[in-house]
Amino acid sequence: MSDPSVTQDLIHGGEGPAASVVSASNKPRSLWQDTWDILRHRKIFWISLIMLILFLLMAAFPSLFTHKNPDYATLAKSMEPPSGEAWFGYDLQGRDVFARTIYGARTSIIVGVLATLLTVVLGGIAGVLAAYYARWVDSVLSRIGEIFLGVPYVLGAIIILGTVAPAQSSPDRVTIMAVVIIVLAVLGWPILMRIARSSVIQAKHQDYVQAARALGAGPFRIIFKHLLPNSLAPILVYATITIGSYIGAEATLSLLGIGLREPVISWGIAIADHTSYIRTGAHAMLFPAAFLSLCVLTFVMLGEAVRDALDPKLR
Amino acid sequence: MAPAEPILQVRDLVKHFPLTQGILFKRQIGAIKAVDGVSFDLHRGETLGVVGESGCGKSTLAKVMMALERPTSGSVMVNGKDITKAKGAELKRMRRNIQMVMQDPYTSLNPRMTVGDIIGEPFEIHSEVVPKGDRRKRVQELLDVVGLNPDHINRYPHQFSGGQRQRIGIARGLALQPEIIICDEPVSALDVSIQAQVMNLLDRLQKEFNLAYIFIAHDLSVVRHISDRVAVMYLGKIVELGGDNQIYERPSHPYTQALLSAVPVPNPEGREARQRIILQGDPPSPANPPSGCRFRTRCWKAQDICAKEEPLLQIRPGTDHPSACHFAEALDVVHSQS
Repeated sequence: MSDPSVTQDLIHGGEGPAASVVSASNKPRSLWQDTWDILRHRKIFWISLIMLILFLLMAAFPSLFTHKNPDYATLAKSMEPPSGEAWFGYDLQGRDVFARTIYGARTSIIVGVLATLLTVVLGGIAGVLAAYYARWVDSVLSRIGEIFLGVPYVLGAIIILGTVAPAQSSPDRVTIMAVVIIVLAVLGWPILMRIARSSVIQAKHQDYVQAARALGAGPFRIIFKHLLPNSLAPILVYATITIGSYIGAEATLSLLGIGLREPVISWGIAIADHTSYIRTGAHAMLFPAAFLSLCVLTFVMLGEAVRDALDPKLR
Repeated sequence: MAPAEPILQVRDLVKHFPLTQGILFKRQIGAIKAVDGVSFDLHRGETLGVVGESGCGKSTLAKVMMALERPTSGSVMVNGKDITKAKGAELKRMRRNIQMVMQDPYTSLNPRMTVGDIIGEPFEIHSEVVPKGDRRKRVQELLDVVGLNPDHINRYPHQFSGGQRQRIGIARGLALQPEIIICDEPVSALDVSIQAQVMNLLDRLQKEFNLAYIFIAHDLSVVRHISDRVAVMYLGKIVELGGDNQIYERPSHPYTQALLSAVPVPNPEGREARQRIILQGDPPSPANPPSGCRFRTRCWKAQDICAKEEPLLQIRPGTDHPSACHFAEALDVVHSQS
């Protein structure tokens, strides 16, 4: 215990400095209320929240940011550098890079967020079940996870996507996005399961879980009140990083020609299309890449802020 | 202090943990005999101390009595009903009668719950005990009972010291108004000065609510201070059971005598008078205990019979309380006046 205010063991001990955050008011409080109280006072939370809202607005209403048509191409202007007319310049096909970057946010964010959500749900449920019920449930789930983990990521994606949506086919927007999301999650859930499993196992052996069982708490209460809140931090951190890496993975699959493809607009496709022109016209790749990095940074910062606020010990 | 009706009867309790080998198909290659045939009674308002060195099965005994582990065999009768065989709603109802205070106050409280939520959890699990509107008031009353400021209800465990945390754990155990509280080394993680405060609190609560305690500890003076009767455990068995004066002034089992001779004596003059019994070697592995008497490998009285015949826990000639030794003989090792 490093906190000097808690060394007093006097009956009805006085107010220490630690009491200032959680005041002695008589109102019942919950974990989430306290978390919100902490978040409100964090600068990094507000910065990342504003950036997130910007990106979400971009994804929902791209026409608010640009009135240009992202699909309108003038081949004569191919690879023209940034100017007053086109802030981010033109791409290989002579399309406005700024407009395409704005319109690309929707696909990239949807793919990143939904694939991560699906991964967390799949891996989280599997991990909690494996850790809580242990024995054969753990053995079976862990072995299944290892089978998926044993398949190299790109190879697995090529096999699945090559079967479901071969390169020469032209599936519609929603189908191809759904397939890519499912492929990313199906190949990624075992890592999250391992993280969830190990942190739940760690929490499970704490005395407070035994105490709750001794009080007669059922599995539902133990999992949701005791195990999950105490094992959420590593899952949350991994999830925020995963959003970024999934946006990148989507780009990789696009580059290989089996992921998202025209006419879908995404940062991944823009980066993939222009990697070979990096010396002659870097702008066509760098602007979408910068947006991708900013977007990933936003999610990582937000995840970190939430994680810190969820841990009462860091208050 | 021995009312007629026992509220807790433990009979031939056995808990073996299987030792397994193999990754997917596990096969048993042996068993840790953590608790191996323990029987005793606990009466209303009484304190039974359980002492023994690390690894002798004290904490396993507590877990089996709390129905956190299923015993290999034997029974734990709480008010005449076997808690080890109870399931579902019946087990939940029985838990209201038997609660526990844990050893380590730093891990026994959920760090992400406020003190109010921790002490209020019993009421949420057993929602029929206190109506929803009154729960917060009950929690504050409990905080007051264990000597904490009721205004600290919204604080988190890490904002309290070890002694205060242990009081929170005690308040949680008291919430359902149980008749039996199992204290698993409740003061061993605390400073000596705080130990006394918590012991006195437990003492006061016992008188106030007529609680029965099972007080597990490895500190003999702590156990003597609080207990009416004491059970001495060695390698999963009770080797001696008796009133606190019987055990401390007339110990008859060699193991108890050796334990007591190791208690530090604060008075330098008395220190000269007492005899130290130094045991040889370590306790044998509970996976493969010695035949006959389990203490014979370290006992200076051991004869052939000790290896062949297991001594039963019974009153023997020359002793006034049960002892599991073929050569039981009362011996005052402490020479204390009290």
